[in-house]
Amino acid sequence: MTQWSMVIDLDKCVACQGCSIACRFENNTAPATPEQAAIGRSMFWNEVFPMLDEANDYAQPRYIPRPCMHCENPPCIKVCPVGATYQDEEGIVHQNYARCIGCRLCTVGCPYTVRYFNWTQAEWETPLAEHLNPDRVESSGLLEGPAPRPRGVVEKCTYCIHRLQKARAQAVAEGRDFRADDYVPACVQTCTGKARFFGDLDDPNSTVSQFSKKRRAFRLLEETGAKPKTIYLQEG
Amino acid sequence: MNKTWHPKNEQRNVVLKPIHKVTITDILIWGFLAAVVLAGLFAWARQFFVTGLSATGLNRPVYWGLYITNFVFFIGLAHSGTFISAILRIAGQGWRKPLTRAAEAITLFSLPFGVTSILIDMGRPDRALNIFFFGRFQSPLLWDITAVSLYLFSSVVFFYLSLLPDLALCRDQLTDVPAWQHRMYEILALGWEGNHGQFERLERALDGMAVFMTMLVVTVHTVVSWVFGMTIQPGWHTALIGPFFLLGAIFSGTAAVVIVLAILRKVYHMEETLPVSLFNSLRKLLITFTLGWLYMMIAENMTTSYGNLPDEMRVLGQKTGGDFAIFFWAMWVLVFFVPLLIFIFKGKNNIGWMVTAAILVNIGMWIERFIVIVPTETRPRLLYEITKGVYHPTLTEWVITAALFAGLFLLYAMFTRFFPIIPLWETGESLEVGESRNENAGFLPQQLGDTSGMKGK
Repeated sequence: MTQWSMVIDLDKCVACQGCSIACRFENNTAPATPEQAAIGRSMFWNEVFPMLDEANDYAQPRYIPRPCMHCENPPCIKVCPVGATYQDEEGIVHQNYARCIGCRLCTVGCPYTVRYFNWTQAEWETPLAEHLNPDRVESSGLLEGPAPRPRGVVEKCTYCIHRLQKARAQAVAEGRDFRADDYVPACVQTCTGKARFFGDLDDPNSTVSQFSKKRRAFRLLEETGAKPKTIYLQEG
Repeated sequence: MNKTWHPKNEQRNVVLKPIHKVTITDILIWGFLAAVVLAGLFAWARQFFVTGLSATGLNRPVYWGLYITNFVFFIGLAHSGTFISAILRIAGQGWRKPLTRAAEAITLFSLPFGVTSILIDMGRPDRALNIFFFGRFQSPLLWDITAVSLYLFSSVVFFYLSLLPDLALCRDQLTDVPAWQHRMYEILALGWEGNHGQFERLERALDGMAVFMTMLVVTVHTVVSWVFGMTIQPGWHTALIGPFFLLGAIFSGTAAVVIVLAILRKVYHMEETLPVSLFNSLRKLLITFTLGWLYMMIAENMTTSYGNLPDEMRVLGQKTGGDFAIFFWAMWVLVFFVPLLIFIFKGKNNIGWMVTAAILVNIGMWIERFIVIVPTETRPRLLYEITKGVYHPTLTEWVITAALFAGLFLLYAMFTRFFPIIPLWETGESLEVGESRNENAGFLPQQLGDTSGMKGK
């Protein structure tokens, strides 16, 4: 079974934050007003954290981009009281905006703080509002992916599941089997330094699988036992 | 219709006196409390319809704040009644009898505010029913909902059962009350006749329920703590959090009983019904709980600081010397140092000092709930330097908090004006003259309110 996974090579990351921007437009992540942002309510499904060395006069800054880890053993899914967040058999952690009750137990349960809550009703200014991504992952009682979120629910990175759906449909339309390299999330596609790789961790010949065995490979907070499928390659 | 039999009680007139009329002072106090409740309702309506949770000071990563603190506090406060009337019933502590109902009423009226706190905190309260449609028992939140709703339901039954004989008494004795009020007693008394069999069945039911309620009381607050303890967040993920929450709950609940008793005693002139000896008995319990609190506090913080794990130490540092230091040390003073000194040196035979200490304990315990919840969130594991949290509660949150407390006081105050707050049948002393040979009348006095015929100390 396919296990979707992302590898981020920190040696190649140039900290342009292109991934954050591509993600925001791909997934219709609502912008926060300056007042809301000031009290910590901005949303970045994919955030680039600067690790600045104050003692060293900010020389040699390091950065770490952080999408959802799509853990093998996700602490967020365990605690959801209504199954609004769940994992499919390909390892992607979904978030169903139509069912979420906004209790925020998943947001306090996630050790990576990748989950965001819609404190306000999402709003876009006119030119932006006209260019929202129209893709939707929707069925009865289900609303996922880039569809604009209602107020009061939790959202997070989905590895662009709508792209996966479209790629599958395309393969069917072309009358061929779906291949793991038919699809990548927007952040991977846009990455300036080509630092991001995406693919099937279950396939021993895939790029991510090969990279995950490198000596430079590490995962964030491995001690939590969540087993992230977003894997990093160390600098140096 | 046969005349209903009621246990004789010398305090009957004192206890029934507050029920006869509602005074102007009552109306003024109720009006004030109702105004605060209305303000809170307005604030909540605004949050519900207009602003959503953006009206709060919550943010990322401080996703939970005052509302969840209130939830934990109210559920904790609710442990007063069950502790006094169930656990002490099983333990055969006869002195508890006059204060059982006053304590149980705290349980009954604070539980709904705990439940409401959860609703207020939800991002989508309109979807609350999803919990029943799609509930997952793997989630600690569902354990919570199960335990708390079972607790609420059982408390209502337990409370109502022990109220039955007194409702019948009100029905028969209070003929001068307004017609609707008398009708209410008639309906609620369910045709209670007070014969031997009824009292025996009532005692059996209460004894059985007391065992169940005792298990429930341990479960409920432990499960409440597991909403935090089952996550892997530093400061929350400790096995001690369950017992610590439970001890804190019984501690603040018992302290609340002291406050309530003192007020009832003073306002309704129940000096003889609620003697100082009751306060002295509660004082001994409270000294035990204060020391138990110290033990838990040391056990938890010693383990954390000696182990010195960086994630845990950042949270502990927030408490001892960081943003929350003032609350943390205030809690030590309010919950431990001052109350312990008062209980030991000043509390004996002195209700004023006891009340002072009990109020301090409850303020301190509310702060403790806050201190357990928020500092952990301000120091997430991942890149804490960048994702540090700050939390400033807003006016909306404070108004709603005040309204919850006002609502509790209001319900309680109103209850005492319509129902006897001292259980007359449980404190009754002897059979009425001339009826002791009647098979249908009453019960043997030694069975009164005791468990398994055990005479209370």
